[in-house]
Amino acid sequence: MKIRGIEDLEAIKERSGDLTMSGTRGKTRVILGMGTCGIAAGAHRVEEVLIRELKEHDLSDVVVEYTGCIGMCQKEPLLDVVRPGEPRITYGPVAPEDVPRIVAEHVAAGVVVEDKSIGRID
Amino acid sequence: MSRTNSESFERIPLYSDLPFYRKQKRIALRNCGLINPDHIDEYIYREGYFALASALKSMAPEEVLAEVKTSGLRGRGGGGFPTGLKWEFCRKSPGNKKYVICNADEGDPGAFMDRSILEGDPHALIEGMILGAYAMGADEGYIYCRAEYPLAITRLGLAIAQCEEYGLLGDRIMDTDFSFNLHIKEGAGAFVCGEETALMASIEGERGMPRPRPPFPANKGLWGKPSNINNVETWANVPNIIRNGGSWYASIGTEKSKGTKVFALTGKINRTGLVEVPMGTTIREIVFEMGDGIIDGRGFKAVQIGGPSGGCLTEEHLDLPVDYESLTAAGAIMGSGGLVVMDEDTCMVDIARFFLEFTQRESCGKCVPCREGTKQMLLTLEKITSGKGAMKDLDTLEKLAVMVKEMSLCGLGQTAPNPVLTTLRYFRNEYEAHIRDKKCPAKACSALISFVIDKEKCRKCGLCAKNCPVSCIAGDRNTPYVVDQDRCIKCGTCIEVCPFQAVSKE
Repeated sequence: MKIRGIEDLEAIKERSGDLTMSGTRGKTRVILGMGTCGIAAGAHRVEEVLIRELKEHDLSDVVVEYTGCIGMCQKEPLLDVVRPGEPRITYGPVAPEDVPRIVAEHVAAGVVVEDKSIGRID
Repeated sequence: MSRTNSESFERIPLYSDLPFYRKQKRIALRNCGLINPDHIDEYIYREGYFALASALKSMAPEEVLAEVKTSGLRGRGGGGFPTGLKWEFCRKSPGNKKYVICNADEGDPGAFMDRSILEGDPHALIEGMILGAYAMGADEGYIYCRAEYPLAITRLGLAIAQCEEYGLLGDRIMDTDFSFNLHIKEGAGAFVCGEETALMASIEGERGMPRPRPPFPANKGLWGKPSNINNVETWANVPNIIRNGGSWYASIGTEKSKGTKVFALTGKINRTGLVEVPMGTTIREIVFEMGDGIIDGRGFKAVQIGGPSGGCLTEEHLDLPVDYESLTAAGAIMGSGGLVVMDEDTCMVDIARFFLEFTQRESCGKCVPCREGTKQMLLTLEKITSGKGAMKDLDTLEKLAVMVKEMSLCGLGQTAPNPVLTTLRYFRNEYEAHIRDKKCPAKACSALISFVIDKEKCRKCGLCAKNCPVSCIAGDRNTPYVVDQDRCIKCGTCIEVCPFQAVSKE
């Protein structure tokens, strides 16, 4: 498809979203910080455990997304959870051992893991 | 959502309330961390390419240029030259073939501002470049990115392919007469290739060495054609300037430095990371509010601003507003935005030596002042840190520094002496202590310190002797342990292993 002007951009805007706009698509999303900083801090290992845990909890409709550096390099690896209609919560630093708890409590049951959380975006 | 849940959400602070983000204003980084950089639709969701559409459909190239001029945007790579003016030189330069170039050869130690934009929001700089090409009448562009950024290169390549698919790059963009193609050129990681003429030589397949200017790239640039080079962060600011208007951007910042600047916060600081702040924010706000102060509650000593070509600023500069003029007046430079924080354990002479060692190694060797001058400066500094300096070395050092600064061909040599000059200016007493007293006040220069075991505190456990890699500590159950200073390699292992804090540096 070729974009011919502002109307085409508006149409794409209408049907897309950004990572925080999960509510509009009705799916829970887990977002991993996958800039060089996140990867160097161990984001790939967090990703492995995350995918395994989602499978174990039979959460196949949860979308795993990637994003770049949000600036808090000190807190990498960062992992965010957004459930439909709820704020986006950032966790960090997330070790592979922390993932099962975040998946079981927040992703599956909707309860925030407060001691690992850093901030939220409404 | 249950009531208890919404309460627990509210207990977690909003990003905008976190000390790290509260005073930030994200323009260049507006999408970083909020979109998936591999999905162009998410960029469009956040009104990406809207600026391009309105420019191509309803603005003449001169009008785009005028907005950038009004914005007051200046080069974010370090030079600080007004971007609009630079564009105007290129636009007015005669010729049918023109190039726009993005300098993504980020090479300062401790700097990662551009990398995060390249990896987190590649479309922002691509849109900026297309707008620039339209304003200047260029039809081809290059992104010169160092090969040490493989992830950035992959994401850029994907972003360019998506733009081609959507017709945002290529022939007759959005059904207009404007065409523009964009390529990636991988650099081999020479620091000097961040200098614009060296960078262009490298794109042409020549050895990356600077050449004298004039002629400036605006008249005779890549392959002899009029060209314009801007850095990643500069380009990434352009779409928002066109979208919101130049006067909106000019309303942010100080009188002469408009908009925001991204800084990479590193060093002995509690919260390392990437911050984007309005120009005029003080160093104190950046280091102590966003960065949460010094690790382990140590004392602040200095901040190296502007990378290896920048300068060391002290406590008295903490309330200095960050803008091009005030930093230059203090002897530092804005640079590309590296901000390395140092605590009281850092030796300023050693820091000057460290940065000079870097620039000396990266000097391309084309001009004598930089090639020989930095070498002699480095040797002098090494002489001082090893305790063999004489007071007259300080004058020699200063003379050499000024000479290298004034006579070098390109920015590398012209700025390389900055760390030496600023530390000589603000920490002269430390240099003098190294020379006169043969002491390193920060106890960091190994030639000038000795490890001593306190006889009273020593419980004769022998751990130090057992762990000493050169077996230079002697003693036994009845005799306190003693370090043989002649054989000691000053590794500091004894301090680390002593359970009774009996070992100290003197």
